[in-house]
Amino acid sequence: MSTTAPAAKHAAATQMPDALGRFGAFGGRFVPETLIDALRQMAEEYEIAKADPAFQATLDGYLLDYVGRPSPLFHAKRLSEHAGGAAVFLKREDLNHTGAHKINNALGQVLLAKRMGKTRIIAETGAGQHGVATATACALFGLDCTVYMGAEDIRRQKLNVFNMRTLGASVVAVETGSRTLRDATNEAMRDWMGSSSTTHYTIGSVVGPHPFPMIVRDFQAVIGRETRRQSLEKLGRLPNAVVACVGGGSNAAGMFYPFIEDLTVELIGAEAGGRGPSAGEHASSLTQGRPGVLHGSFSYVLQDVDGQTSDVHSISAGLDYPGVGPEHSFWKEIGRARYESVTDAEALAAYNLLARREGILPALESSHAVAQGCKEAAGRDADEVVVVCLSGRGDKDAYEIARLRGESME
Amino acid sequence: MSNRIDAFFEQARASKQRALMPFLTAGDPDLAATRALLPAVFEAGAGLVEVGVPYSDPIADGPVISASYHRAIARGVTPTGVLEAIRGARLDDASGRLATAPIVTMVSYSIVHRRGVDAYLRDSAAAGVDGLIVPDLPVEEAATLAAKAAALNLKLIQLVTPTTPRERAARIAAASTGFLYYVSVAGITGERRDLPDDLLANVAWLRERTSIPICIGFGVSTAEQVRQLAGVADGVIVGSAIVRRLSAAAELGTPRAEVVADIKQFVKELAGGLE
Repeated sequence: MSTTAPAAKHAAATQMPDALGRFGAFGGRFVPETLIDALRQMAEEYEIAKADPAFQATLDGYLLDYVGRPSPLFHAKRLSEHAGGAAVFLKREDLNHTGAHKINNALGQVLLAKRMGKTRIIAETGAGQHGVATATACALFGLDCTVYMGAEDIRRQKLNVFNMRTLGASVVAVETGSRTLRDATNEAMRDWMGSSSTTHYTIGSVVGPHPFPMIVRDFQAVIGRETRRQSLEKLGRLPNAVVACVGGGSNAAGMFYPFIEDLTVELIGAEAGGRGPSAGEHASSLTQGRPGVLHGSFSYVLQDVDGQTSDVHSISAGLDYPGVGPEHSFWKEIGRARYESVTDAEALAAYNLLARREGILPALESSHAVAQGCKEAAGRDADEVVVVCLSGRGDKDAYEIARLRGESME
Repeated sequence: MSNRIDAFFEQARASKQRALMPFLTAGDPDLAATRALLPAVFEAGAGLVEVGVPYSDPIADGPVISASYHRAIARGVTPTGVLEAIRGARLDDASGRLATAPIVTMVSYSIVHRRGVDAYLRDSAAAGVDGLIVPDLPVEEAATLAAKAAALNLKLIQLVTPTTPRERAARIAAASTGFLYYVSVAGITGERRDLPDDLLANVAWLRERTSIPICIGFGVSTAEQVRQLAGVADGVIVGSAIVRRLSAAAELGTPRAEVVADIKQFVKELAGGLE
């Protein structure tokens, strides 16, 4: 038996990553040499910025006055009643400016890019929420912005494409591979290979080579910090469970990280179960995949026996990704977080449920967390609390949902 | 234990010869073509050959090589098939031309890791591969693979790029075996009309600090560029310009013999830059 108490093990977990960008065995920097110096520069500049009170104050100022933070922690009473068990609270990231948690990271990274003297920003986007957030931050600070987006995602997220262009960003349609988030990430990385001297790559999730997973987590950790504080203020205690959806895993990482040492708080990630567990029908990297290398980091990934990345499917463009952030792989490995698969049908039902029971239209990504949150709440005592991270709002999904229902919005 | 890459450069340096290293996507247009192309490019004047193992997400590659990889994967080309083609080419070799011909593979670490480092290296050595370029495995992550490769007499070729600080470049050169791959441009693979102004000076700087052979690649597509780079390098790598021809052949369904003749002719033309 190990004499290390669980608390000590998990306290060490908050000290990750190490100098090589490793979260236990996961993470690292599996990228071409061409990008190594840009990553080194970013890691160094980030450490300086992180310790600089002026940088933090600037970011906090924008989060307060521009994003509208803190976002509310709302007791969803009629949803709780439906779930039948614990009280369900919603962390309302959907109420942020631009409609999702993505703005927390986009503002942080764009401010960092300005510090580094970069004049151009590139980003990948799946559902378009990160693209919109990045285009917004670039408009706010007067930086040139290019967003790579899979052609299939452009089709199903028209509203966000329109808005990105209105905000002044160039949206590049990626026609290669599965024409979704993974291919958009490839193209953004290819751009950065030749442009890193002038350009910052504002990656949208806790994926990619070190230091991206750490930086994105830190900028998103405001979600968990607020939830923790609001929970103590409102309820006088911490929640019993916290649920968030996981594609790359940025809202979940930001929500979970401040709770890592609170061992009484269960952390549950909801992955995209798609149409079912057969290969190609889902995007459940943590529950169905295995450790491998994708987009610069070692983490759970969906790939075939030869190491070729698998095609994936999710009803939500933001979860339609064959990899996941390395820190989630680490949390899974040490048993600090649990990951479950939620199907397209369950997410769609949760979308409708939240609309009718609480008057809130969640993003399809966040609908996965709502569905899992209801499962977690069911059967618990009424005095228990389950917090669901409502990472984004559902306006962007209206067209796709209408299409799936066979309705026309024209 | 001698390695074909070491033996090649030893001999080339003794006779003051520069090397042309064509890059071929394995399995484009098909694996039988790859098997036929390997001896053909050596006949046409190649000193070494680089074989690209198709990978689904090659972030260092431009549109030509990426599309070529995707096309090959769609046709069912696997890493096993690629190694089989290399082994086959060495077995076919009645003339003995390939007996001393160095073959290196360009392969993503994703593929190596999935099979397992030990198994992948063992299979490569058994197929007659002499060295590996793993473009997504920077020197910090490469120590284990390097040691295991060395134990099997396989070279692990490291890359230096225009964004690599000079001291780091010297460190990478010291870690590289077989030769050092000097990436000419900051960016992805693909043909460039002009190569960077400071390229020759940067290579010359490195040349003074290391004795390892240096081969320059990325962006090279003409005999004139080959001529220019051969002045400072031990070898020049040409990739996309060749793969573009393979792509055209794949699209048009050109008969294999014609594809081989066309590539052979182009490699001859490029090798003219070495004279």
